[in-house]
Amino acid sequence: MFYREAGDFKKTYSADNQTFPIKIDRVGYYLALIVAFLVIPFVINDYWANAILLPFLIYSIAAIGLNILVGYCGQVSLGTGGFMAVGAYACYKLMTSFPDVNIFFHVLLSGGITGMVCVIFGLPSLRIKGFYLAVATLAAQFFLVWLFNRVPWFYNNSASGQINAPERMVFGVPVTGPNTEAWATYLFCLVFLVLSALIARNLTRGMAGRKWMAIRDMDIAAEIIGVNPLKAKISAFAVSGFFVGISGALFFALYLGAVEVGEAFGITKSFLVLFMIIIGGLGSIFGSFAGAAFLVLLPVVLKVVGVDMLGWPTDIVAHLQLVIVGGLIIMFLILEPHGLAQLWRVAKQKLRLWPFPH
Amino acid sequence: MKTKFATMAVAAVMAAAPAMADLVFPSLSYRTGPYAAGGIPFADGYADYFTLLNERDGGIGGVPTRLLECETGYNTEKGVECYESTKGEGALVYQPLSTGITYQLIPKTTADNIPMHTMGYGRTSAANGKVFSHTFNYPGSYWNGASGAVNYLLAENGGDLKGHKIALIYHNSAYGKEPIRTLEELQKKHGFELSLMPVDHPGQEQKSQWLQIRREKPDTVLMWGWGVMNQVAIQEAANIRFPMENFIGIWWSGAEHDVLSAGAKANGYKALTFHNVGRDFPVFDDIQKHVVDTGKAAGAGDQIGNVLYNRGMYAAMLAAEAAKTAQEIHGTADINAGQMRDGMEALSITEEKMAALGMPNFGPSFDVSCENHGGPGLVGVTQWDADSQTWSLISEFAETDQEVIGALIAEDSNAYASENNIEMGCK
Repeated sequence: MFYREAGDFKKTYSADNQTFPIKIDRVGYYLALIVAFLVIPFVINDYWANAILLPFLIYSIAAIGLNILVGYCGQVSLGTGGFMAVGAYACYKLMTSFPDVNIFFHVLLSGGITGMVCVIFGLPSLRIKGFYLAVATLAAQFFLVWLFNRVPWFYNNSASGQINAPERMVFGVPVTGPNTEAWATYLFCLVFLVLSALIARNLTRGMAGRKWMAIRDMDIAAEIIGVNPLKAKISAFAVSGFFVGISGALFFALYLGAVEVGEAFGITKSFLVLFMIIIGGLGSIFGSFAGAAFLVLLPVVLKVVGVDMLGWPTDIVAHLQLVIVGGLIIMFLILEPHGLAQLWRVAKQKLRLWPFPH
Repeated sequence: MKTKFATMAVAAVMAAAPAMADLVFPSLSYRTGPYAAGGIPFADGYADYFTLLNERDGGIGGVPTRLLECETGYNTEKGVECYESTKGEGALVYQPLSTGITYQLIPKTTADNIPMHTMGYGRTSAANGKVFSHTFNYPGSYWNGASGAVNYLLAENGGDLKGHKIALIYHNSAYGKEPIRTLEELQKKHGFELSLMPVDHPGQEQKSQWLQIRREKPDTVLMWGWGVMNQVAIQEAANIRFPMENFIGIWWSGAEHDVLSAGAKANGYKALTFHNVGRDFPVFDDIQKHVVDTGKAAGAGDQIGNVLYNRGMYAAMLAAEAAKTAQEIHGTADINAGQMRDGMEALSITEEKMAALGMPNFGPSFDVSCENHGGPGLVGVTQWDADSQTWSLISEFAETDQEVIGALIAEDSNAYASENNIEMGCK
């Protein structure tokens, strides 16, 4: 009744092709942007920023990056943690080598560097597929973590092997280091997330995205109709690496502030981001958001309900969380392989016909 | 009549007002994951001591304590979540029991004016109170541990370590890398040979390291391990028949659960310590009476008297004593985190105090000052007896090489100060 395209006339080709063709979607989108930019910064506190919103924003960027590679281009990757580490260490080296350059450009450059590293590790994808590629990217994961642990140059020869984010300003407001305000770090990450999502969305519904999807659906057929698999696969690795690198840089510089590579960017991180896009929905930008929100919020909600409200022992709740996440992944794989995004799509389809489905 | 009633009302309000907030001690514990074996006894000891204070003394200075437990799983992200969710509750002091989380919280706690106590872990150069105003690591640090181990070997070998081969098997993280610099300095000074063997998280894979040890035949193996890594290392050492009395672990590698799984083969294994072991202290009678018998023991209640339980209890005792000191300095029973910091900086632990608390000779006597947050750094050695399944202290708490350590602390802390534009305090 409310959610339908009837009566919403499009007069130009571009209007017909916009991201949100239905009016209520568009309104919701702009409303979300207004709330995110103009309301939340005024009500945010340290707990909400550091425990919920920052991880959500940063993991969303990582999930978008991985979704381009796995969901759109069909190249399975288990190296996300390692690639995030590349972003983090690139950002650290840039921050300490060029302290006068704005952190905004450091984060962008870290994304670029990660993109290049990702391309190098993506080269095997031209020859191997599926599980074998997953193993090759797994090698990238272990190699990169080993590298950042082994070579002292990456952590400026510090005794402990930790990297610490020094204080950096944007427009005179500190966004990294200990003296940051919650709203500043939040807005900084939000800007990156919105830009990443816009770029990713438009890439995936354009020529590049169609090539990736053609490769994903059947690479030989794609090659026959004129898609160059070299360019398509390598560009997917590059774009994916760019976003994952940005998320790694933000993860280190804004969220954690101090990072130890084996602990923060281990194999568990790769799986976490992979679970996000599986639960959220492969091949969907919305799914990246939904999956990140789900896996960031679930432990917090369980903790608040279990420990703070019910007074259960902390270890029981922590174990329960493992059980629930594991169970949910199995459930999603069986019942809804396309994840939360598909549920959302189905709900929208139903809404269009509601209340007269026949 | 009316005035009388009003006076009574006012009096009632006055009386009710001091029923104020409690003293909040967050416990960033880990009872899950590969490091839970060490995290559980420490968290139990920490919790039980505060329960004891509440039950027996009605809290600290008449104010009840409240323990906020938050599960970190030894994971830095969860550590951040725990820190943010507990700091708003009026947390007085943080003890994260994780070197990774410590590194993260050093700048944050300083900015939020909350002290942090990293007893025998964390960033060693935090001993320099001029740079690290809110971080304390008394009574000893890893560098004291490294030096203490070398001093012990010197004493064993007649004061000469030339040509002595030492292998360091360590957890490949900030924690495990801490002693390397000190050992390298000491290597120059005493002329022993040092070889480094990193073990990656979580530490179950050590075959190649022990193969290397078997080949190189070092005279002594030092270990900086934690969690499941300890058990595996001791088992592997037993498998290659490495003489256990030449295998020395840091204080985080010397608890009952680390050696029990290797059975009789672990007999003679040594570990460093900065506090006493066993349960022959009057305080355990009080814990039995007020905590265990009343059914208020933390966790499963089966860890009492274990090495790490004692350490958690010791950490809680030092925190409680610092809170008492803060109450005296500021003349208020209801202290806040900033006042707690002052109390920690003025903390003085004497033998009489410990004896009065039922913990005679439990740890060293020491005074904390604005410049020195690290305490005296006295290190003792304990040895495992597999027959009686007990640890026993086999040496005195001995001095460590403060000359070497002091220089390293000054170097590292000054580097941190210049990196982060910190002005020196304590003028």
